[in-house]
Amino acid sequence: MLSRTAENLYWTARYIERAETNARLLEVGARNALLPDTSGGNRNEWESVLLASGTKSAFDAKYGDAVERNVETHLFFDRDNPSSVASCLSAARENGRIVRTALTTQVWEALNSAFAEVGDIARQERSSLSTTDLIEWTLKTTALIRGAGLATQLRNDGYDFTNIGHFLERADSTARLLDVKYFVLLPDVGFVGSGLDNYQWRTILRAMNASRAFNWVYGGDVTASKIVDFLVLNRQAPRSLVSSADGALHHIERLARAYGRETEAQTKARALVARLDRIGTEEIFDIGLHQFLRSVIGEVSDLGLAVHATYLSGESR
Amino acid sequence: MPATMSETYFNEMFEGGGVRPPYQGLEAWARDMPVDLRGMKQHEAEQLFRRIGITFAVYGEGGSPDRLIPFDMFPRVFAAQEWARLERGIKQRAMALNAFLADVYNRGEIVRAGRIPAHLVYQNDAYEVAVCGFTPPGGVFSHIVGIDLVRTGPDQFYVLEDNCRTPSGVSYMLENREIMMRMFPQLFRENRIAPVETYPGLLKRTLGSVAPKKCEGEPRVVILTPGHFNSAYYEHSFLADMMGVELVEGQDLFVEGDFVWMKTTEGPKRVDVIYRRLDDPFIDPICFRPDSMLGIAGLMNVYRSGGVSIASAPGAGVADDKAIYTYVPDMVRFYLGEEPILENVPTWQCAKPDECKYVLENLAELVVKEVHGSGGYGMLVGPRATKGEVELFAAKIREAPENYIAQPTLALSTCPTFVEEGVAPRHVDLRPYCLVGRDVNLVPGGLTRVALKEGSLVVNSSQGGGVKDTWVMAQ
Repeated sequence: MLSRTAENLYWTARYIERAETNARLLEVGARNALLPDTSGGNRNEWESVLLASGTKSAFDAKYGDAVERNVETHLFFDRDNPSSVASCLSAARENGRIVRTALTTQVWEALNSAFAEVGDIARQERSSLSTTDLIEWTLKTTALIRGAGLATQLRNDGYDFTNIGHFLERADSTARLLDVKYFVLLPDVGFVGSGLDNYQWRTILRAMNASRAFNWVYGGDVTASKIVDFLVLNRQAPRSLVSSADGALHHIERLARAYGRETEAQTKARALVARLDRIGTEEIFDIGLHQFLRSVIGEVSDLGLAVHATYLSGESR
Repeated sequence: MPATMSETYFNEMFEGGGVRPPYQGLEAWARDMPVDLRGMKQHEAEQLFRRIGITFAVYGEGGSPDRLIPFDMFPRVFAAQEWARLERGIKQRAMALNAFLADVYNRGEIVRAGRIPAHLVYQNDAYEVAVCGFTPPGGVFSHIVGIDLVRTGPDQFYVLEDNCRTPSGVSYMLENREIMMRMFPQLFRENRIAPVETYPGLLKRTLGSVAPKKCEGEPRVVILTPGHFNSAYYEHSFLADMMGVELVEGQDLFVEGDFVWMKTTEGPKRVDVIYRRLDDPFIDPICFRPDSMLGIAGLMNVYRSGGVSIASAPGAGVADDKAIYTYVPDMVRFYLGEEPILENVPTWQCAKPDECKYVLENLAELVVKEVHGSGGYGMLVGPRATKGEVELFAAKIREAPENYIAQPTLALSTCPTFVEEGVAPRHVDLRPYCLVGRDVNLVPGGLTRVALKEGSLVVNSSQGGGVKDTWVMAQ
């Protein structure tokens, strides 16, 4: 298939997944704001949400105060923020429109309605919209688009590129959500796992719709080590780093078979999965959770570049 | 002389109190359709168009690029014999235009014979020196010829203009039919209507038939689009999908060695035939406009050395220029030795002082067009214009007479059309799409455009025109 077509499919998926990540970040911030802090007030962790989204400096320049309404505007509505929900859904739809004929009617209609509805929401009175409404709408919408693809798309190379986009973006997203914890606690390792921060760990699980799944798998107390095990190393958790890396590898291997050609993308994907297979939670905490997560984010980004160079740029011979 | 405004319009359905034969199957259908059902069906049609994504953007008007072109459900119908004659005329004209192109890029016999003034050809903006001395495969320059026709009486058809470059609108011909079949299957069961759905297959075969000599095996055909911001992007992607070929942009292609290659996820693939929906100046920045980001550097070298075919050939536009138009009937006589079946509309060239004088004296009765204009922009319909508008236009003509041609205001035929109050006659034209490769083919149908405003003679979609399904009754 045309490299540009593959690229459009890949980015459609990444933008959908990125819109979802923003909704989940909003959830973390909004939930934390409902909890008491140790100094007698309520927690304000919007700063850490912005740091995790990677858009803090742009936010500071435009809004200044990291209060809920501003962050919500920034992460959901703001077209100046290229990774807001509204921007991501527009970009996904634009990428989809270019390769319209590579999408089934169901996928296209789900994408197109998402684009229309986000415009409708932006025109509504802000006071009539709760943060929860915005989060739920986004999660429902992205699930619909992905589900339509899962149910109807042809299982050809285009399907592989779509899924590689989803899984790489999801790995990035999970790593960033976990990294919020780092910013909440500041880099004082002494606090990690001290029991003080159980509220926030719970919040992260909730944001991933994984709170009950966690109880099924581990039971008992929520500890940092169990959560890191669950969200990084457990193959049962659908959004864990290892599940996302597995997913990406699976589709990259399928491409290698279909094209009869091994590339740098396979090598890198295998290395990422192997690394996550070897490491344990203790070692992660030894390295430092933040340091570990940053290095995974870097590897995922490298893998993305390799996929781009190998398949999407049209430059490989 | 054609019938003009002062006379009555030819109504394609009703004549002398009776219904003309091709429309007989529609009389009861339209009469018996309850008003609310009609409203429902119209709504359904709009929903379908929106879902399919057929929209168009109007250049220079701003607004939403996702506007719908209005669709009128009342079909426009041709009897089999009427069509048979039209078909002969259209094919004849398409062949003559191609013979002209092959001639003027080689020996120029028609100019040597004094039948067409040399400056109209060789100093024409659309004449491409880069194609001189080159004969493309099959001698075909214009592979898709769109001929705009109007009707003024039972047997009177006139060619308004020829489109030899990249005529658009064929996706409407196909989608209008799909939607009508889906909404009114009964009509298609009761009437024998020739199908148009063979078009994409025929187009692919036509393009494959002009693959270059160096092509090995099954020719790889691609459609080259300026990109998704273009107002006709939907049509480009629709045709690519229906033909099962890749839709490429300039950035997807590159030249290496003697060939053009397409960038794919499996590495470069050779391209044999490019159906370009991009104007000449943009296709190759080395040969034409150096600032074009849309084209492929070096494409013309590959083309001239027989490594790739381009449809339509660069320079094909010289045949559909409004100044050349006057001479098309002469081309038919000169190259084919036949009398033209389709007539031209009498045309006055404002560039000629005598004719310009006549035009200025009779401006209120004439239609005046810019020689290089299109899309219904910058034209004057004398009988519909105010005195002020006529005077303003007269000044423009005096300033640059060579930019204008004038024609009598034709009494365009009407076809029944659904309007607010029921059914009423509205003016229509017709654009059939003739395919020229090793064979010449025409699917039975075309795009009927309708002027939805009462009394209006301008059918362009940019000026409030709509479209209709066009039926040709099977033999």
